[in-house]
Amino acid sequence: MVMVLVIATEAMLFAYLLFSYFYLASSATGKWPPSGRPELTLVIPNTLILLASSGSIWWGERGIRRGSPRRLVLGLCTTLVLGIVFLSIQGIEYAHKPFRLSTDAYSSVFYTITGLHGTHVFVGLLMVAVTLVRALRGHFSASRHLAVSNTAMYWHFVDAVWLVVFTSLYVSPYFT
Amino acid sequence: MSASTVLPSAASAPGRLHRLWDTAPGLYGVLATVDHKIIGKRYLVTALVFLLLGGMEAGALRLQLAQADQHLLTPELYDQLFTMHGMTMIFWYAAPVLSGFSNYLWPLMLGARDMACPRANALSYWTFLMSGVFLYTSVLFGQMPDRGWFAYAPMTEHAFSPGLNMDFYAIGLTFLSISTTVGAINFIVTLFKTRAPGMSLDRLPIFVWGTLTTSFAVVFATPALTAACLLLFLDRRFGTHFYDAAGGGNQLLWQHLFWSFGHPWVYIVVLPAMGIVSDVLPTFCRRPLVGYTFVALATVSTGILGFGVWVHHMFATGLPATALSFFSAASMVITIPSAVAVSAWIATIWHGRPVFRTPMLFALGFIVLFVIGGVSGVATAAVSFDWQLTDTYFVVAHLHYVLIGINVFAVMAGFYYWLPKITGRLLDERMGRWNFWLMFLGFGVGFFPMHTLGLAGMPRRIYTYHAGLGWQSQNLFITIGTGVFALGLLVFVVNCFWSMRHGALAGDNPWDAPTLEWATSSPPPSFNFARIPIVASRHPLWESRLEPHGPRSRIDGPLMDAGRDTFGVSALDAEANEILRMPEDTVWPFVLSLSILVAFYGALAGVWAAFGLGAACVLVAIIGWFWPRDGAEPEGVAA
Repeated sequence: MVMVLVIATEAMLFAYLLFSYFYLASSATGKWPPSGRPELTLVIPNTLILLASSGSIWWGERGIRRGSPRRLVLGLCTTLVLGIVFLSIQGIEYAHKPFRLSTDAYSSVFYTITGLHGTHVFVGLLMVAVTLVRALRGHFSASRHLAVSNTAMYWHFVDAVWLVVFTSLYVSPYFT
Repeated sequence: MSASTVLPSAASAPGRLHRLWDTAPGLYGVLATVDHKIIGKRYLVTALVFLLLGGMEAGALRLQLAQADQHLLTPELYDQLFTMHGMTMIFWYAAPVLSGFSNYLWPLMLGARDMACPRANALSYWTFLMSGVFLYTSVLFGQMPDRGWFAYAPMTEHAFSPGLNMDFYAIGLTFLSISTTVGAINFIVTLFKTRAPGMSLDRLPIFVWGTLTTSFAVVFATPALTAACLLLFLDRRFGTHFYDAAGGGNQLLWQHLFWSFGHPWVYIVVLPAMGIVSDVLPTFCRRPLVGYTFVALATVSTGILGFGVWVHHMFATGLPATALSFFSAASMVITIPSAVAVSAWIATIWHGRPVFRTPMLFALGFIVLFVIGGVSGVATAAVSFDWQLTDTYFVVAHLHYVLIGINVFAVMAGFYYWLPKITGRLLDERMGRWNFWLMFLGFGVGFFPMHTLGLAGMPRRIYTYHAGLGWQSQNLFITIGTGVFALGLLVFVVNCFWSMRHGALAGDNPWDAPTLEWATSSPPPSFNFARIPIVASRHPLWESRLEPHGPRSRIDGPLMDAGRDTFGVSALDAEANEILRMPEDTVWPFVLSLSILVAFYGALAGVWAAFGLGAACVLVAIIGWFWPRDGAEPEGVAA
């Protein structure tokens, strides 16, 4: 229940930031985004990678529920790798953007929202890493795996937020 | 009282429970305790210190305004003081003092041995304290926040406020948000998990309903403040353009974010206070609250409606007329649940046999001020009226009627009512009466003229005014009245210290009150109840007189002394369905708070290495917190 409430309040944080995005978009005097529609070549595969990482942690959690610590370790490792790949690709995408954080209101809100999401992915990765260490030490069993469930729940949340961020920041400009 | 509701006294309770639950002596115990009563007391005392600090700031402001053309304070210092006054009172006093009552009282009222997340409870206190320390460091630098407590952009942008002042504001409020959010989550989980068997939702004291509603509001509204402050900090330090029109930003974005949080916050600082009055009144009217269900529903619906009215703070910003009409109407709808509550209070008094002790006096004063503050609130909810009065002293009058009338007067009632439970001694009744009348009359003399001054056109936040404007005598009145009010507060402080030593012993239930917190000793033992209560009605201690043949609550549940154990119950009907093993004392919450403090000082100074160090310590503290001592993972579903 604690994790559900933490997720609720974090989800609200993203909701208020996305409100800010659309508010700035609606009050923009010129083109929005000023630099043209965002490129999708990197972000679409990246979204699929993040979705896959949710799948692998789900698979690992189901594994420990059925009493297989090995499947849990495998699932967590996969998620860890996919999460790192996601952040790296996002870094590459940042490097190729034609604007910096301080260029204009659009660049500010773009980097703030995607950056904050990236920070959440990073925190999620730390949770996955700690859970992995504990899994290797044999802390979990079919009846005792609270930390695994909480970590998985947080990871799914970070993933779900990305879908909303992706739709708002990358897809919605193609429909205006 | 029926014999079955008499609790075996704490003295006869097994020493085993004491060994399990008592906080260790010495510095370790001070830093590591997770006892909700100790945390609650700390909350109350710290919040009162902030009340006195905010009061002194107000005193300086009122001396400056007592006469025309005065120069006691420089304009810069005046700006800093009114900002600090607002921030201190609204953020570091008004909500935390209610958290203090809730922390202390919830497990006692609910018949549990602790809150559901005792360590999170400790974290919420330490972050509250340290965020206050952080804010008040600004005094040492002479760079206190100075753009008003709602800090409108673009005045707060780096170009117009180059000092550290508004960085203290942005980071300080974010810091406090952590405390508030952690506390709120703990209250929600506590309500749904750790109650006595039989303490179903329709038996909760209204105060609990108030804090519960408030906690949900915190979870959903506080992120708006965090977002607003984050964007402000990025604008100031990293050159982003959120609130900067020249760079394509929009300064109204700040107002939307701030008030999306700010208006729910108004209800966050009043709903539990209204709950206090709803629980004090029945005791001193010698009858149950009239319309319990309606008052509970009014509490919840006010909390929900509070999310849909934020634009009434922005009527004068040039928004479209449709938006203004909608938010004006929404604001007026809130009068309905408020009127339900007032009607219930009046009916309770009408049908009761009132006993006019000090808590009752404050509760009555509260009702009077609630109505006046409510009426001036409806007035400003009307767009045309608001246009006339925005940024005048009328608004200052309204918000003080609301915040002092509905918060401080209820808090005073709460102190006179529950302090005997906390200290074991009654407060002095004669000083209590002086306390009440000085505060009530001082408040009337001090704050009522603000309405007329506002109507006469005096703006808020001016540091002085010319003699020819005709505002002198009313301003002098206000200064004298608020001085009398402050004197009343001083009597309260003296009364507290005097009564702690010399007050009459309270006994378990000095007011012959109906609820569970009065069924244990005063002060309660560390484990609250030697035996877990089994609750059968809304007024466990009045059953024999209300329903001579009805079901009886019993305080003879299981001893549960195998460990730090308390019942886990089903969410609605409170049927016991598990035994929860509560965590031991630990220093991790303290270490975690200290790490956040280091990180935030680093961010303030722009020393990112210090920020990184703090963040790394946060990580270590969180891992240490959750790392099981024996490597065993607790059983059960995600908690």
